[in-house]
Amino acid sequence: MFLIRTSFLLLSALLPVQTFAQSSEQSSEQAEQSLVQSSEQSSEQSSEQSFGQAQPSHNTQPSPDSTHSLDKVTVELRNYETIRHTPPPDSTHSLNEVTVEGNRYKEIIPSQKLQGEQLESLSSFSVADAIRYFSGVQIKDYGGIGGLKTVDIRSMGTNHLGVFYDGIQLGNAQNGQIDLGKFSLDNIEEISLYNGQKSEIFQPAKDFGSSGTIYLRTRRPNFDSGKKTNIKIYFRTGSFELANPSILWEQKISNNINSSLNAEYIYSSGKYKYRYRKVENGVVLWDTIGVRHNGDINALRVEGSVNGIVEQGLWNAKAYFYNSEKGIPGAIVNNKTMNWQRQWDRNFFAQGSFQKQFFKNYEMLVNVKYANDWMHYLNPYLPNIDSSSLRIDNTFLQQEIYTSIANKYAIFPNWDVNLSLDYQWNILDADLRDFVFPQRNTILLAGASAFEWKWFKIQVSVLGTFVLEKITRASEYNPQQQQSADNTMKWTPAIFLSYQPSLHHKFNLRAFYKRIFRMPTFNDLYYTDIGNIDLKPEYTTQYNVGLQYQKEFKIVQLNFTADAYYNDVTNKIIAVPKGNSQYRWMMMNLGRVKIVGVDVVAQTGLTFATYSRSGTLYPLQINFGLNYTYQSARDFSDPNDNDPEAGTYGRQIAYIPWHNGSAIVNMSWRLWELNYSFIYVGERYHVSSNIRENYEQPWYTHDFTLGKTFKIGKGKDTGKGKDTGKNTGKGKKFFAHTKIKISMEINNIFNQYYDVVVRYPMPGRNYKLIIMVDI
Amino acid sequence: MRKIITLALTGFCLTSCRKDIVLPPQIITVSTPEYTSIQGFYLLNEGNMGSNKSTLDYYSYDSGKYYRNIFASVNPNVPMEMGDAGNDIKIYGSKLYAVINCSNKVEVMEAQTAKRLGQINIPNCRYIRFHGGYAYVTSYAGPVQLNPDYEQKGYVAKVDTATFQVLDHCIVGFQPDELEIVGSKIYVANSGGYMFPNYESTVSVIDIETFTETKRIEVARNLHRLRADKYGNLWVSSRGDYYNQPSRLYWVDTKTDSLIDSLNIAVSNFHLDDDLLYAYSTEWSYITMSNVITYGIVDVTKKEVVTTNFITDGTEQNIKIPYGIMVNPITKDIYVTDAKNYVSPGTLYCFDKNGKQKWNVRTGDIPAHFVFLGKIKK
Repeated sequence: MFLIRTSFLLLSALLPVQTFAQSSEQSSEQAEQSLVQSSEQSSEQSSEQSFGQAQPSHNTQPSPDSTHSLDKVTVELRNYETIRHTPPPDSTHSLNEVTVEGNRYKEIIPSQKLQGEQLESLSSFSVADAIRYFSGVQIKDYGGIGGLKTVDIRSMGTNHLGVFYDGIQLGNAQNGQIDLGKFSLDNIEEISLYNGQKSEIFQPAKDFGSSGTIYLRTRRPNFDSGKKTNIKIYFRTGSFELANPSILWEQKISNNINSSLNAEYIYSSGKYKYRYRKVENGVVLWDTIGVRHNGDINALRVEGSVNGIVEQGLWNAKAYFYNSEKGIPGAIVNNKTMNWQRQWDRNFFAQGSFQKQFFKNYEMLVNVKYANDWMHYLNPYLPNIDSSSLRIDNTFLQQEIYTSIANKYAIFPNWDVNLSLDYQWNILDADLRDFVFPQRNTILLAGASAFEWKWFKIQVSVLGTFVLEKITRASEYNPQQQQSADNTMKWTPAIFLSYQPSLHHKFNLRAFYKRIFRMPTFNDLYYTDIGNIDLKPEYTTQYNVGLQYQKEFKIVQLNFTADAYYNDVTNKIIAVPKGNSQYRWMMMNLGRVKIVGVDVVAQTGLTFATYSRSGTLYPLQINFGLNYTYQSARDFSDPNDNDPEAGTYGRQIAYIPWHNGSAIVNMSWRLWELNYSFIYVGERYHVSSNIRENYEQPWYTHDFTLGKTFKIGKGKDTGKGKDTGKNTGKGKKFFAHTKIKISMEINNIFNQYYDVVVRYPMPGRNYKLIIMVDI
Repeated sequence: MRKIITLALTGFCLTSCRKDIVLPPQIITVSTPEYTSIQGFYLLNEGNMGSNKSTLDYYSYDSGKYYRNIFASVNPNVPMEMGDAGNDIKIYGSKLYAVINCSNKVEVMEAQTAKRLGQINIPNCRYIRFHGGYAYVTSYAGPVQLNPDYEQKGYVAKVDTATFQVLDHCIVGFQPDELEIVGSKIYVANSGGYMFPNYESTVSVIDIETFTETKRIEVARNLHRLRADKYGNLWVSSRGDYYNQPSRLYWVDTKTDSLIDSLNIAVSNFHLDDDLLYAYSTEWSYITMSNVITYGIVDVTKKEVVTTNFITDGTEQNIKIPYGIMVNPITKDIYVTDAKNYVSPGTLYCFDKNGKQKWNVRTGDIPAHFVFLGKIKK
């Protein structure tokens, strides 16, 4: 029997999706204090080691050591994209001096975030699965574990989304698509999504260069006192014949340096049952069930990093290697349900980052990266199985070199300026016939300034983009491909504003305007036959107004944000039919899309104190998160295609639902955790001709995860809030901290058969078992 | 707790919001009835590759009504309907044959009703013609050679129209497209369309009796269509190499099986009606970066271009990508389809013999191939 009683627990870290780090806009003393605590907690709780370290006595009153925490947290907040390092507890003081003014200029418009345990408890396999819980995002998912998954933010197109991995952008000069299905959540600690850009000025020029940005931050080593080594072992298995072991080894080398090594292997046959059927007026006209083939994957990822702190600075170096073979599941069509295309990927990159405050008012950030991406595509000829399969065999090699320097100078305590200069080199090599082997040199120059006056904050940035195109070889046949595309020189602005009308309410208004473009990809410009060197950059212009409101009651915390936006995509690069034969295309700047949208995020958390008969406190935390997106994304490409019924002009573009949303409920009590998540994607059309034939039904999935942690070490099994780690004493014994967590997932519990992309069926009900050993 | 209930209710509502897609039969009156020996025509819509959206439409002269997507309503229990990328349609005897390229089959239906009878499995099948109770179907999916690159020959399949069984294969060139039967010979246009830059440039001649290739006639790069006139000439169109060598129209004497000459007219698709060859062309210009479209008529007796714009009322401006073409042999009405952007529904335009638009109607995606139903008597 437990008594249930309300208590004054501050609850934060387990709030799904958007944490209280969002209150960073609050500039009042009180708000900052509460920010500090909540952020601190979230950063602590999001690491496994600090399981149950939340102090039940925490409330909104500043604690004596909050100044220290403030500095620490500020450093983290500002640097978390580029610096993976969390200072160990005993080195906190050495970082106190790092920030003085910096804390004022947090992001003007905070991100949507998924982090730590909430990220872990979502039934997600890849980064793409997790991003579905963000507002304003659409995922194109071709199904299964190995299937391509791309993200579209506010309907502007996947090429407008920048994806950053530990502070440096993941590039794909060939087609601009980042397959987020490739990035496992295994060692991702935080995913944040920014519309426009991260509204913080101290960042590389590249960070100013996309219409929207996703930052993936890998896990930062964090050691309990007395520990020098953390080892975590995962094993996941379940549907699709999944076998997915991984190991994470973190080592504290000195007080100032630590390292981390993570290796993961994924095997899955990718087989699952799909079903297509036709029902009219309750009569089943036909019903077919099949097994999805050629969705198998075999992938190895190894990743290592070294992190360090120096006097008033931080550095990080990492190397990443990914090698995979997978099938490319094709469209399921009449009389053809088998596909044989294979793809091999080998991705390698090494990157480094260094940040230091040199003078009182001056800070510098340097980033470097080299990336080497090899891809082999094969459509095999199988005379005895499928002679219609025409053999295609191509390899592609992309290389990238990237360097960046960002400099921030504080003119006055409330006025900062930043100047960033980036250089990037890209090359594409392919064994396509008559290929031109393009190269691109890009120089990015960004100037930004942040100013704060009373309850008003403003940031202005200007990005200069200079692109020099070169081809290594002129096309032999295509007259258009005998020279490179023209060089590009563009200046694009962004402005971010926020205003808090009242000191007493955590309510603020925000707005941004941004104009930016994406360069045509190498495929757009130079792909044999369809490429067009006359392409111009594709522009997006974004206008956004929004508000945020937060309120804390005794046991309830509320967080509500709403944004309305208008985006105009001009010069959109689309394929148009070309010439005298079917299926011949040319890339042209003929598309235009206007998007009006609303994103709403609401979160609430409840904390109940439950007591055992002996009086031990067991907090019960329940968190709710709701996301809703409305989008009217209309195709204004071809004014002549204006048939009132079937025309495309002014109609909703392909695959963008008018309504979509998600809901998450997360409960934790003692060592148990229960997560329920729901995703809804409303009706939409697979072509911008919005006729019944092109209609796609809504789909929605319900996923459950139940997990329990078992403590093997000496620590008493007293549940969260009590076990602060001190029970295990100085922890001399190797297994003193060992925990085992077992989780069971049931996804798509009502076994709904649906397509995200037409003719690419998604899995029905599926299961996963996850065992995690934390030493 | 209230929130949980709200959520649960929302979830329930959403669960019940998923309704089945019902596509009621779409019948549109587009014109006034017209009574000739031709009952109507079928129009095969290709549907974009991978979308499984090949559909069949029917126009009835008797009623002036257009029936959209009749295959699904006539054959409601056929899983996944017609299939992916329809490429040709013909009637032979009482049967209607639709070649469905990416579904690797020829769908066989009753000509009068479009009721499904069965299918003929031929991988990567392209075009169909008939002779003496057999169907002949071109296919890209022949044997492979390494020479030194990988190369896949095409073939013509001989099919028993009674049993739908493939009886024999005759290997021809690379990526064979249209075929035509003149007397006891099959002529096949080899394209080599996947062999860039080494396109095929020959017409294969097959002796029907022995079903073997007897000759190759050198014509031009990347051949596509061929049609025989009543004077024993075979009109052959080439796609060209899309860069230096443009599309062109050639004729071959079927008595000597030799190339005679060519006309300087680009041809994307054509229809031969009596002595007039109606041909349109869509050629990409790298200078204007747009498609240059012409609608021409060639007199096959005089071997000259009669007009370069058979649409006379200016309505050709509305046609984005002309695709299918056909002429009613009795009324001489001209039918041209617009495939638009290949992913949204197309339009069928009807012009009278003077090139004035009579009517137009929405079709399926990529309206392309026509076949008349009924006897052609004047």
